[in-house]
Amino acid sequence: MTKKVKIIEFLVRGALGICALVTLITTIGIVLVLGSETIPFFEEVSITDFLFGTRWTPLLEPKSFGVLPLVSGTGMIMLGSAFIALPVGITTAVYLSEFSSLKMRAVIKPVLEVLAGIPTIVYGYFALTFITPILKIIFPQTEVFNAASGAIVVGIMVLPMVASLCDDAFQSVPKALKEGGYALGATSFEVIGQVIIPHSASRILAAFILALSRAIGETMAVTLASGANAQFTFSPLQSIQTMTAYIVQVSLGDTPQGGIEYKTCFAVGSLLFLITLTMNVVGQSILFRYRRSSK
Amino acid sequence: MIDKFKSRKRTEKIFRAACFGLTFFSVLILVVLLFHITMTGHKYLSWEFLTNWPSRFPHKAGIKAGIWGTIWLISITACISIPIGVLSALFLEEYKIRGKLGKVIEINVANLAGVPSIVYGLLGLTIFVRYCGFDRSLLSGAMTLSLLIMPVIIVSSREAIKAVPDAIRFGAYALGASKYQVVFGHVLPIALPGILTGVILALSRAIGETAPLIIIGALTYISYTPESVMDEFTVLPLQIYNWASRPNEEFHYLAAGGIIVLLAVMMSMNFIAVMIRQRASKKVKL
Repeated sequence: MTKKVKIIEFLVRGALGICALVTLITTIGIVLVLGSETIPFFEEVSITDFLFGTRWTPLLEPKSFGVLPLVSGTGMIMLGSAFIALPVGITTAVYLSEFSSLKMRAVIKPVLEVLAGIPTIVYGYFALTFITPILKIIFPQTEVFNAASGAIVVGIMVLPMVASLCDDAFQSVPKALKEGGYALGATSFEVIGQVIIPHSASRILAAFILALSRAIGETMAVTLASGANAQFTFSPLQSIQTMTAYIVQVSLGDTPQGGIEYKTCFAVGSLLFLITLTMNVVGQSILFRYRRSSK
Repeated sequence: MIDKFKSRKRTEKIFRAACFGLTFFSVLILVVLLFHITMTGHKYLSWEFLTNWPSRFPHKAGIKAGIWGTIWLISITACISIPIGVLSALFLEEYKIRGKLGKVIEINVANLAGVPSIVYGLLGLTIFVRYCGFDRSLLSGAMTLSLLIMPVIIVSSREAIKAVPDAIRFGAYALGASKYQVVFGHVLPIALPGILTGVILALSRAIGETAPLIIIGALTYISYTPESVMDEFTVLPLQIYNWASRPNEEFHYLAAGGIIVLLAVMMSMNFIAVMIRQRASKKVKL
């Protein structure tokens, strides 16, 4: 190698390395930014008041900083969306990997990709103008903004993710196991229930965890459809507020920088980040372990 | 014995029907969603709608500012995120670094992809808007969106690079090429269609992003087209949100009109991406 080539090689490697560091810096940036506003927040409000308080009125007097109403709102959206995304996602995956012809697969797969690609603001609009009116016909006491319609669209939104991760899992079940089941005279229902699903149980779990973490972080759909009324309730037909919707609400107002209202955004953001990060790490590590063992 | 057999058969039939039915739930939802939006939005779709500024009066309102803002924002985002994302992917795939750093970056990218977009908004607000002093400009918005879609670009580019057969690398090395010549002269050109597909899909996701832009404060009344990267801006999804969040029904129809335009842009991008993928899969065969 000539000297010139060596120098270029060194420079190229350095430049690429710096680019790869951008992602690391992003993570460090997120932690620093969230931390730098959250720590001062906890100097003014005690952590126990924040985590276990049931009144969230940081923008009104008398101010109260109990985050549980936002957590219950987010939890309702998560559970409601799980109620749709998990059963439909897993049966879609079963259908795709076990029953469907190649032609059907060529229809269903793109449909799922399109559903996954539709912006969340569109789902929010759909919830507000289509699903809520239907809910109102069925349950007349439904409020204009309600947790249920937000949960339904978030469920539709994360469904493709559950379906595609479960499909991958089912596809990787060894053929010998499946054929063994069929050779013993099992019906496909029995093979699926007693061979395929148990064999891919941990990956199905990972799919559920990752999808629910997406549901928790969803913003625009729940902001539009579920309202901005932070109350500690478990009634799906009432208006609620999620953690993400609260951050949007504050951003839309004219909150001065440095005030306690401004800092609440970051405290709520930190909580959101910690919850989703934990779920993602657990989900990814299950998938990662699987990938390594399959090599 | 025969009874048992019959009941097993019946369960099997019911199960198959249930799987089929629930699978078609997704297709049904997509059809209903598109139908509902077309029905509510079509009457506002006109040339004036595309060329008017936003307005207090629904029949005079248009999305010109949103369209131009989106074009500007996505172009800048592409200029920032594509080079950094693709070069990172090349580094991770081709310059496999020994030791922990490579693994840390890999796990980090996977986790960044799962961070809620609103958290990126808080990051952009603090770093770009306030600390760097870019204010609510296109530059702040584009940098925030770039960080948001970077993990997507890296993951899909790595897949494309991984799919390049080793024979090509070894062949180039055997002719005396050095590492960077192999990477940029052979691996990158072959992986390019795959990379392009991933990049287009990532950008089409960025077009629909709303939450981080609201957080950095981009939801303002704009009645001019941006002329530099430091100008304030609005984008299509923000305009849609603004209209959809008003109680007046007429504005909901406007929002649906905006959604039709947004979806049309996104779907044509996805179509192009699929076209590139199909053409490339026919071309390279070893």
